[in-house]
Amino acid sequence: MSADSAQELIDAVKRALDSNTNLCITGGNTKSFYGRDPVGEPLLTTIHHGIVNYEPSELVITARSGTLLADIELTLAEQKQMLAFEPPSFGKQATLGGAVACGLSGPRRPYVGAVRDFVLGVRMINGRGEDLKFGGQVMKNVAGYDVSRLMVGALGTLGVLLDISLKVLPTPMMECTLVFEVGHTQALELQNTWAAKPLPISATCHVGELLHVRLSGSEKGIIAARKQLGGEQVQGADEFWCNLKEHRHDFFKQAETLWRISVPPATPALNVSGPCLVEWNGGLRWLKSDIPAQSIRTTIDMVGGHATMFRGGDSENVFHPLQQTVLTLHKNLKTAFDPAGIFNPGRMYEGV
Amino acid sequence: MSIAPKAENPSLQSQRARVASDLRRVVATDSVLDEEESLRPYECDGLSAYRRLPLVVVLPDTVDQVQQVVRYCHDNDIPIVARGAGTGLSGGALPIEDGVVLSLAKFNKVISVDKDNRTAVVQPGVRNLAISETVSHLGLYYAPDPSSQIACTIGGNVAENAGGLHCLKYGLTVHNVLEIKIVTIEGDLVTIGSNALDSPGYDLLALMTGSEGLLGIIVEVTVKLLTKPDCAKVIMASFDDIEKAGNAVANIITAGIIPGGLEMMDNAAIRVTEDFVHAGYDVEAAAILLCELDGTPEEVDDEIERVKLVLEQSGYTQMQVAKDDNQRQLFWSGRKSAFPAVGRISPDYYCMDGTIPRKTLGSVMSKVDELSRQYDLRVVNVFHAGDGNLHPLILYDGNVEGELERTEELGGAILDLCIEVGGTITGEHGVGMEKIDHMCIQFDTLELSQFHAVKQAFDTKRLLNPDKAVPTLHRCAEFGAMHVHKGQLKFPDIERF
Repeated sequence: MSADSAQELIDAVKRALDSNTNLCITGGNTKSFYGRDPVGEPLLTTIHHGIVNYEPSELVITARSGTLLADIELTLAEQKQMLAFEPPSFGKQATLGGAVACGLSGPRRPYVGAVRDFVLGVRMINGRGEDLKFGGQVMKNVAGYDVSRLMVGALGTLGVLLDISLKVLPTPMMECTLVFEVGHTQALELQNTWAAKPLPISATCHVGELLHVRLSGSEKGIIAARKQLGGEQVQGADEFWCNLKEHRHDFFKQAETLWRISVPPATPALNVSGPCLVEWNGGLRWLKSDIPAQSIRTTIDMVGGHATMFRGGDSENVFHPLQQTVLTLHKNLKTAFDPAGIFNPGRMYEGV
Repeated sequence: MSIAPKAENPSLQSQRARVASDLRRVVATDSVLDEEESLRPYECDGLSAYRRLPLVVVLPDTVDQVQQVVRYCHDNDIPIVARGAGTGLSGGALPIEDGVVLSLAKFNKVISVDKDNRTAVVQPGVRNLAISETVSHLGLYYAPDPSSQIACTIGGNVAENAGGLHCLKYGLTVHNVLEIKIVTIEGDLVTIGSNALDSPGYDLLALMTGSEGLLGIIVEVTVKLLTKPDCAKVIMASFDDIEKAGNAVANIITAGIIPGGLEMMDNAAIRVTEDFVHAGYDVEAAAILLCELDGTPEEVDDEIERVKLVLEQSGYTQMQVAKDDNQRQLFWSGRKSAFPAVGRISPDYYCMDGTIPRKTLGSVMSKVDELSRQYDLRVVNVFHAGDGNLHPLILYDGNVEGELERTEELGGAILDLCIEVGGTITGEHGVGMEKIDHMCIQFDTLELSQFHAVKQAFDTKRLLNPDKAVPTLHRCAEFGAMHVHKGQLKFPDIERF
């Protein structure tokens, strides 16, 4: 890494501004499939890497955006801590910046929170080439607008992330996975019944006829929960959850369009045809289907959710359409951060 | 720094009459307040040192009326200050002389509870505690519990991103709200967030949370409800040194335990609260820690044993596990009544709200002690130790000339200290009017300009709670001229006026 990789990135942004060049902010390039088509000259954040500060007793880590997610996870694991939102990496080269910009969270999300819930602060470059810091490295901070969380899931359309501070959590003392043989409807009901009880559940997944449930906590807590839940214990389940998070499970070997459907968790079985994998107590449903986007979205609108064309399908129409006034706010914010519109133009919505 | 009431100019009075009469075409006659005696209760919020009479107060009772009021103000360039219960501690609801106070007090209904999805849709004027009371029979509760939860309302909680005693484990307001409906300055009704766990587009919900009424008026909130834990137990431990207590906090967390609540009080706080509630606190201790563990009975038993061990290794002088729920409540009662307890021993007090990295606790505490001597003002410290949020209470008497000013200076010095050690000027009370000048220290010109650009994206005319939360660069330049920080002038690149 060069002496001042942040300055290099700032200079690159300024040059792009001067020459009116669009930039495609790129980390490990493992999630380029996600969102509308990338356009622009690559701006490689991987030159800006390394952990800046990590103090286990503060539960906070600060790292440069180009740091490999794997390196961060390893460093945390050495101190028995973790990124509790379990970000999918979709490849060894995945970076922290990419994980935050995409805003995707893994199996533990409903129980501990999403990426945005763990972001405490960012240092970023806006579309004027300015080096800005928002939030901080403390748990509670309400000084100024919460720009740090606004960057999560913004797909790099508002700025280039430089450094990111995250809250981390201790890894559970123990984990145990149970499996139940049940159909889709019954699995939804069971997940919802359990979610209403004070049980140490930390992940659920139903696919085919099998419902997997992960428990996390102290040994006594897990033994007590197992008594309540029944089911069969699965050996070597870490691999199962990792494969699920990384979409290496057989379900994801698909020819059809893969839809990521986010709904209120108690929503009954969706009235759309196609194989469905359920996570998050019912809150996240992966659907393989080639039926028209409009038809899927109309169904999902009715249950108060949204549908993303995660892989495959029409690359123009990836994200659920926004209410007109909300889209206007998006465009206004885009202008506020990136007046020349050089960062990842159109990656999220047309004009954003 | 304080704003005292002063005589009004005649043009303001005629403007008041005109605006009141116009607004009475939108809402019922008695829902517009324009007489001085009826405006007086709205002149300040929980930060009573700052007072200002608004032009008028309007209390709509439908969303449609809110939209009409906002459109009227937008068309006529009248500033709007939205107000919930007025319990805020940073002057965020301080009225503007030529502006309207839009009270959401009549929006006090729980609209619906979704037992299956564990959510509740509530109007913004519903009190924080009322949500938990409404859903208690379902075994559910709303987690964020600011100490004003009996009175403060959810709309204000979202506007301020309120915290509470259980943030470390259960998060702030931003972690516990799913969807809000806002009225924009143009009068449009917009839904932000969703009942699912995420929503498409930018995270506008996070941006709105804690935006202190500068971006929109919240007219409906969908909150996440949690299942009440089966069991909760609290350990109280005394220490003969505040730094040891601080280390004990770090040790608990390093041991992989995230308590439901982890609070600290210094000796001054222990003594005043013990006198008030007789909770059985150790009045000789330099500091006490209250550590609550919740979950299933098995987990709690496990964690209690682990925490006991950590506390022992951290050198406590006394330790006690509350023997039943009554004693647990008693242990908490002292901490929860710290503010009224201080109110008994001092005519006035000023509550600060900085957050610091936990590891700096010891050094920050001794510096606060030094400052307290230097300014000759007593300071009582209560502390959300788990998440590093300090609440030093500065005791003063507003009737003694110069004491309020000295108090504010001491408060400012404490905030400087928080920034210096890598913390922030406000953990949960907001910037409002109170800490506006300190924003100039925490953020530089470019960052403040970016904040103004965000404001511009929502409110081009700058009518929503203007001049709060984010200072103008001009204000910072003036403040910078007075406030020399570490021998360096802030904003050297800005023209001085």
